[in-house]
This record gives sequence, C-alpha cells and structure tokens, in this order.
Amino acid sequence: MEGIIESIKKCIEFGKIDENSPFPPDMKGEKGADELTAEALENGITPGEILNQGLIKGMEIVGQKFSEHKIFVPQMLMSAKAMDRAMSHMKIYFNDGSLTRKGTFVMGTVFGDLHDIGKNLVTMMIEGNGWEVVDLGVDVSSETFIQKINEHPNCIVGLSALLTTTMVNMEKVVNAIKGCSPDTKIIIGGAPVNEEFSIKIGADAYSPDPQGAVKYLEKMVA
Amino acid sequence: MKMKFKKLAIAKPEDLIFGRAPYPVKTKRGLTIGGDIVYPELNFTMPQIEVSPNTQNKIVQHYKDIVDDALKRAVELHSNGLVLELETVIEMTKYPQIGIEIVKVMNDVCEEYFHKDGLKTEIRLTPNDLREFDRPPKQRSSAYLPVMLELFEEGAKNGGDLLSIESTGGKEISDDALMMCNIKQFIFSQAVLGVRDMEFLWTKLKKISDRTGTILGGDTACGFGNTAMVLSEKKYIPKVFAAVARIATVVRTLVAIEKGASGPDKDCGYEGPFLKAITGIPISMEGKTAACAHLSPLGNIASACADLWSNESVQNIKLLAGMAPTVYLEQLEYDCRLMNKAIENGKDQVLTLQSLMVESDAPLDPQAIILDPFNVVKISEEIVKGKNYIEATVNGTLKGLDIIESASKNNYLSLSDMEKPWIDSLRNDILSISNDEQQLVEDILPTLDQSKILIEEYGL
Repeated sequence: MEGIIESIKKCIEFGKIDENSPFPPDMKGEKGADELTAEALENGITPGEILNQGLIKGMEIVGQKFSEHKIFVPQMLMSAKAMDRAMSHMKIYFNDGSLTRKGTFVMGTVFGDLHDIGKNLVTMMIEGNGWEVVDLGVDVSSETFIQKINEHPNCIVGLSALLTTTMVNMEKVVNAIKGCSPDTKIIIGGAPVNEEFSIKIGADAYSPDPQGAVKYLEKMVA
Repeated sequence: MKMKFKKLAIAKPEDLIFGRAPYPVKTKRGLTIGGDIVYPELNFTMPQIEVSPNTQNKIVQHYKDIVDDALKRAVELHSNGLVLELETVIEMTKYPQIGIEIVKVMNDVCEEYFHKDGLKTEIRLTPNDLREFDRPPKQRSSAYLPVMLELFEEGAKNGGDLLSIESTGGKEISDDALMMCNIKQFIFSQAVLGVRDMEFLWTKLKKISDRTGTILGGDTACGFGNTAMVLSEKKYIPKVFAAVARIATVVRTLVAIEKGASGPDKDCGYEGPFLKAITGIPISMEGKTAACAHLSPLGNIASACADLWSNESVQNIKLLAGMAPTVYLEQLEYDCRLMNKAIENGKDQVLTLQSLMVESDAPLDPQAIILDPFNVVKISEEIVKGKNYIEATVNGTLKGLDIIESASKNNYLSLSDMEKPWIDSLRNDILSISNDEQQLVEDILPTLDQSKILIEEYGL
C-alpha cells in the first residue's frame, strides 16, 4: 500500500496527470495521479492517507523545489493539474465530511487593479497545500470581499496589488473588512507593498512570494 | 492577413546604431528624433496616492512640480532636449478630464522652458488601455473605448504631441500562455489576436492624429514581452522562453507602423530594435536606467540602437539628491551625453561604444543575445520573409532559437541545464504551428478557457 501512495506522490511531484498525458516525457505510458488515486481508493486506502501522505506531500516537494529555483512555474502548474485530477476522486469524501480542508482562503486583486499573475500563483500553491481557495479574480470591491467572508466564516483573506496607485485601495479593503469582521486575518502581497505598509494599513501579514503566503497560512492552523 | 513590410530598412547590422534612424521624426518644439542624436525620455508616476476626481488638483500639482524640477535641471545640464512621457494610470483615463488637465499643465511648463531657455521638449501621451477592465475584454465594443479615445483626442489638442499606447489585445490569453510556457498559445495571442486588435485600434488612432496634427509614436508589447522578462527574472519561467516570446511580439507592434505610426516607438517595447531594422523608424529604449521600474538582463545592450533613452517609470519620491524623476533625468542625460559624444566623433566610435554595450550583456542571457544588432538583423530578415503575420512570427522565433542554440553550443552564451531542454521543446512546438490563420484559430481555440475570451471582439 505504501508503494501506491509513493507513486501518487511522485505523480504530483513530477506533474503526471494520467496515463495518456505526455508530460513528463520520462514517465510516458505510466499511470498518472488520476488512475493511481482511483486504484488506491479501490484498494481500501483511506482518502485521508491519500490526501495527506500522497497529494499534499507531493505538492510540498513541488513547493520546495520551486523555492529553490529547481523547477519553473509550468512544471508546478502540471503538478497542480495532477493534484486537481486526483482530487476529483476525493470530492465525495469532502462532501460527506470524511475529509476536510485545512481552511478557506479568499483571494483577489483589489479594485482598480487588473494584475493577476501573482495572485494566480499564490492561489495555486495554497490550493495545493490542502486549502479551499475562493479566487475572486481582479478589480475586486470591498463589498465582494465582505460578501465572501460572510459565506466563508473563519476564512483567511489575501489581497494583491501591483501599482502604487492601487495599493492605496488595499487600505480601503482592509478597513472595510476589519470594520465588519475584525477577527478575519488578512495577508497582502504585490510589487509595491512591504511589511511596513502591511502594518500601516492594519493587515495582519505581508508576503513577498507565494511560498511565504503558504507558510503564513500553515502557521494560522498549526 | 499580409504584412506590409517585405524588406529591411536597415539591412546591415553596422547601420543599426543608436541615435540614427533612416526616417527621423521632427517634433513641433524642434527635436529631431533619430537624427544623429539621442535624447532622454523621462517617465514618472505618482507615489502612493489615490487618483480620483477628488484628488485631481493634488495630482496635477505633482505633475507640474515634476516637470518644472526636471526641466530646470535639464537646462543646468545643457540638455539637447528631451521627451516627457505621461503614461496615465486607470483613473486618469477613466476620468479623462484628469489626464487632459495633466497634459495641459505639463505642456504649459514645457512652453515656458522653450521660450525662456530654448529647451526643446515634447510630451508623449500614453493612455492606458482601459478595455481590459471588461472581463472577458471587449476589445471592440467596450464602453471604455470611447473614454480612452477621448483622452487621446483631447490630450493631443492640449499638448500630447506623441501618441502611444501599451495596447492589450490578446492579453487574456497570453498571461496564462506565459505561465504555462505554451508558445503555441502565445504566438496565437500575438500573431492573430494582437495583430487584429492593433489593426482595429491603430486605424482609430491614425484618424485622431490626422485630426489633431500630432505624431503617432507607436505601441509596445510591454504587457507581453516584458511580463515574460519579469517572470524569467523571478525564475518563474525559462529565459529561453522569454527570449522567444520577445521575438513573437514583433509583428503585433509592427502593425502600428503599418497603420501610420512613425515613431519614436515606445520605451518599454524591447521589440523596438526589430521594428527599427524592419521599418527604419526611431525607437525609445530602456535599460540600466530603468531599474527603478523593473529589473532586466538588458541594461547595456538595450541602448545599442536607441534614439530615445528612457527610465521607464519612477515614483515622485524624495531621494538624497532631489526628487526621483529629476535624479533619473540626470542619469539619462549623462548616458545620452556619452552616446552623443560618440556620434559627434564619428561612426567608428559609435560602433566601439555599441560593441561594449552589446558584448557586456549578450553572453549572459538569451534575451540579451537576440538584441545584438547582428542578430536583430538576422531575425528581422526572417520575419519579413513571412507571407503573413503567423509565418513571420514562426520564422523569427525559429531563427531566434537557432541563434541561442548556436551561441550556447559555442560556449559564447551561458545557459543553465534547466534552460537547455527548452530549446528543442519550443522548436518542436513552433514547427507544429499552422501558418494559416483559420487553421490556427481552429487548433488553438479548443485549448483555451472559453470563459476568458470573446473571439468576436477580434473580428473572428
């Protein structure tokens, strides 16, 4: 049984989605995360074991490699796709409550700003680490953030901005959120912002990169 | 769709030099851009501040102060003249009266220094492309389009002499294509969507320029090629991919010139050298003096054939020496002074200085090596051989890969083991691209997230 979990972990690490997927070339023709996850469930391995020992562990390795600049984003995205495919077999267990996510992360680029590459990287890495992610997209108003917070109590919120003229909107969003929901934790990121700005506007954390956001969230549920 | 340019305006690499373009552009206050001289192009932006109709007066005062302070220093530095770029942020375009008022005030200051000190200046007006605010973008039917065009027209009437834009056609596809390093989708975003959008938009801009008697500067693939460069600087994507993506941006920007732009092409378009080789228009470039805005591996080589030398953008904040825009103007002035001294001393010195710019950067990064004037001409030759924009892009990108591969094999270019496999992988993908637009559309569309694109907004 341990073998199949290891194989699932390897599929996630190297982004092997299914038997037919050509990536990575040196795993061509081998079973992927899709088939192996189905097989593991059929063989009675618990969904929790598959999730925690196979999928999340695999993504942790991916995150580590990315931090060390040993892989590029496309390779990480392939891992995320493999993870997604494996997770499609696990939906039923999330729905019946036998599996739970680590928490919910609500993320968006603040209003007035359309940049989303950084945000997308953050959401991908956080999702891969076992969180439910609600991606609100770009140009997101304070009202939309608050609405989603109400739908997902206890969520953690991520705000992104890339411009000096839109980072000021972060403060408005933070004020609006803290006004309605003072206990909601907010982490911010983006090229023009820093720790000092985060403190100034009343956010709870700042991260310069996706990995830092993952670490912050892990700390919140530790 | 067929390309207009079939041969190079600059066919010899030794003629692709800084300060000289076959078709110089003369401006109303007396600059001759590309006429054996390099001028600075100063760009600046706001510090942390809300931009809205409520803060208009404060914003306008910022711009007045920036320009006044910079021009005062330009006079003290015996400047030959300069271009000032007003690149608007969203609210300045969304509420065009803000952008128009800023242009007017900037122009008043320029006039003052022109009459008082004889300082030659021009304003490049670059409204941001608001159309991407609709998601998916409505490139042709967006309610934001008339507002954006209003800023172009009224800004031009109030002193915006050089009209430019970083247009965004295809960006809804290119961002994901870059992250996935999907070169087929990226080329589709440039050679099909980008080209079609450029034809639509620049036809409108040409009419505005005709009505207002202003100069059409040009476009830039900043949101495409520079996004790739910044991602590769962060080590998110391979540098080889970013280099090939850069070449793939050439044809969409070329359309602006086909539609009537005469240059100077905009600073953040590192595709500029290819445009200069193909069309002969002067170009603006940015390199080491733009590190205030973004990092790059192209600090020196970017100036190898620049006609304007830019700092891309700097916040109006106080540095030890003074306000940041003035500080950057001084740096640009000294860079230009050096290049202009070489021009004054003759072509041998120009080529010597250029070779130092090239050789100091080219062996260190594939994105730099493709900007070596020798390689720019080789790649441009392949581009103009294309029967249409897709074939041109395929030709150019394949040539770029050959150059990178050859330089790596000869140990001239340093490439990491992580980078090398991408050469073959990209080549195979590019070779599989259909040169027929309709076929390419049919091939690529099913691979895209359909919720992100309105294909009819490109006339497809």
